[in-house]
Amino acid sequence: MSFAVNALLKSPWVFHLSTGSCNNCDIEILDCLTPRYDIERFGMLLVGSIKHADVLLVTGSCNRKSAGRLKTLYEQAPQPCVVVAIGECSLSRGLFIHSYNCPVPLDKIIPVSVYIPGCPPKPEAIIGGVVKLIQKVKGT
Amino acid sequence: MAKSVIPIGPWHPLQEEPEFFTLTVDGETVEDIDVSVGYNHRGIEKLSEMKSFDQATFVIERICGICSTSHPFAYTMAVEDVIPVEVPDRAKYIRTIVAETERIHSHLLWLGLAGHFLGYNTIYHWVWKLREEILDVLEMLTGNRQNYAMFKPGGVRRDVNTDNVPLILKKIDGIIPTVNRLKKAILDDPVLHARLKGIGILTKEEAIDYSALGPTARASGVAKDVRKDAPYGAYDKVDWDMIVTENGDVWDKAVIRILETYESIKIVKTCIAELPGGEIDLNIKDIPPGEGIGAHEAPRGETFHYVRSDGTNRPARHKVRAPTFMNLPTYKATVIGETISDASIILAAIDPCYCCTERMAVRDMEGKRLFGGPDLVKLSQEKTAQLKREMGVQ
Amino acid sequence: MRTREQVLKDLQTRFKDDIVDLLDKSPKRVYMEIKPEAIVRIGSYIFKDLEARFNIASGVDARSHIEILYHFSLEYINLLISLRVKLDREKPSIDSLANSFKAVNWVEREMSELLGIEFKGHPEMKRLLLPEEWPEGVYPLRADYEEWDKNAIRDRGV
Repeated sequence: MSFAVNALLKSPWVFHLSTGSCNNCDIEILDCLTPRYDIERFGMLLVGSIKHADVLLVTGSCNRKSAGRLKTLYEQAPQPCVVVAIGECSLSRGLFIHSYNCPVPLDKIIPVSVYIPGCPPKPEAIIGGVVKLIQKVKGT
Repeated sequence: MAKSVIPIGPWHPLQEEPEFFTLTVDGETVEDIDVSVGYNHRGIEKLSEMKSFDQATFVIERICGICSTSHPFAYTMAVEDVIPVEVPDRAKYIRTIVAETERIHSHLLWLGLAGHFLGYNTIYHWVWKLREEILDVLEMLTGNRQNYAMFKPGGVRRDVNTDNVPLILKKIDGIIPTVNRLKKAILDDPVLHARLKGIGILTKEEAIDYSALGPTARASGVAKDVRKDAPYGAYDKVDWDMIVTENGDVWDKAVIRILETYESIKIVKTCIAELPGGEIDLNIKDIPPGEGIGAHEAPRGETFHYVRSDGTNRPARHKVRAPTFMNLPTYKATVIGETISDASIILAAIDPCYCCTERMAVRDMEGKRLFGGPDLVKLSQEKTAQLKREMGVQ
Repeated sequence: MRTREQVLKDLQTRFKDDIVDLLDKSPKRVYMEIKPEAIVRIGSYIFKDLEARFNIASGVDARSHIEILYHFSLEYINLLISLRVKLDREKPSIDSLANSFKAVNWVEREMSELLGIEFKGHPEMKRLLLPEEWPEGVYPLRADYEEWDKNAIRDRGV
């Protein structure tokens, strides 16, 4: 991957968005920031605006309303922006594959680099996934 | 004076879930508010019709992550009401233990988020660290931190491992001193008194007219709690109090949640100590044609499920009603007339769970955009800092 | 404080021309079928005079007709009364209760878009849950709902 991605993954700023989820994955992501797991010591910070984000954490099964907003938001993100899909819902919609309001999975809307399965994935799994991403980017 | 419209959302860092609030403000005062829902609608009622009664429990669990027990609890009671049949006592106690432990973790979660909105980030980190102990207890009881898969129509799926009980009790006792310190720190803080008292008042008449539920209604003097009004599980076998206050402001809602945490701890410890022996599952084979209703007091209010069976192994209709669906429209009554710096804490005070509500709607926005979402959080935090300076508090 | 028997007797005498059927299923559950024209009269009476709490209204597509059940809780006697109305499936239509009490406002909006029921006199009937691009006249909770979206992907690609 490019020099830019390499540099910014030293201390990635993370933007989290939920496209119609049950919230379990979102709470587990917030748990990563709290003292027991504390990813802020690695320099990962949760930011309030997509324009500051290096990494986009996406949860949820992309229902119709959220999918439109998601695409707009992704286009506003300054490239390079790495997308991480967390939880079964963002992988393939999981249980909600037959739902009338969830037509397509996430990777048909925006390109995804990392998939972290689980329902919800434990904070250890989320951290493990992000570390794998960093290692892959650095080529180690 | 010129009016302006402020959107909050759909991805506001305060709230983990997408929703879209539009406030129309005149200067500093909120004149009107509209809530847009629909970002979380996943068509779960239709999905239930495609699954068998047992399989539907797994879908129902994933309606909401924070109140992951409340929906299966109400659903299994609705299915049992179709027949009707009573589950064994041991199953009732196990269900109550899991439901009340979840209530503790849900109220602590809210407390942490409320602390963050007000600018008390220490409370946020402290309380969420405490919450991890409760998630450990849930993992020891059920095998998972969230999505416990404990409920099935007819009883519970797994038994409580009694080897773990001493450690569970130790962890629960271990959080009590910290909750005591938190209670004292929050209830005695003059800045929080100034910040939260008299804000976002929902009167008793409005609470009844909107059919508000849970702590949102009990804060306004409406003394209703499904656990007391229509007892189920082990709630009528344990001694505990319903917490009701009169003023209906954000302060009361915070106080109710803190005090309910103590009651839940009491219920969990009593149920573990008095856990009866016996079967945990009735092994129901067929559900006859009919209708059933199940209601459970979730941390946010009453969860209501209606199930219709036509004699096959799938529900013919499954209606889900989460408490936030009835509590959300009360924003119209509580936010209008307040200032924008208070809007975020009032919006959070009903402890909204949009994924439960499964609905959020869209609204078009007109007008000049003055503040964005993150600015509103900052406004709220700045108001607290200002109050601290005025009161000479550090 | 009224007893359960007094409440049921009161309803049966007061609305005897509007009640089609009463199913006293168990001490906590009563299902009362009423004529659709009487819903505002009976619904407001139960909410205001009997001081019930409105729980929810569930619409059901019962193949031959459309049903709505309005669920009210009377906590002081631990009773749940469900009012059932049966509507014509081709054009289901009933008076709105939203002008009597606010709790039913969103409930009727949801039933209207998911099942296609018309609520006459509703103060702000507009979409609640479904997105704008959802086609008119397609009601997801109906039994004959079919996938209309050509771009939907329903397999896992394996």
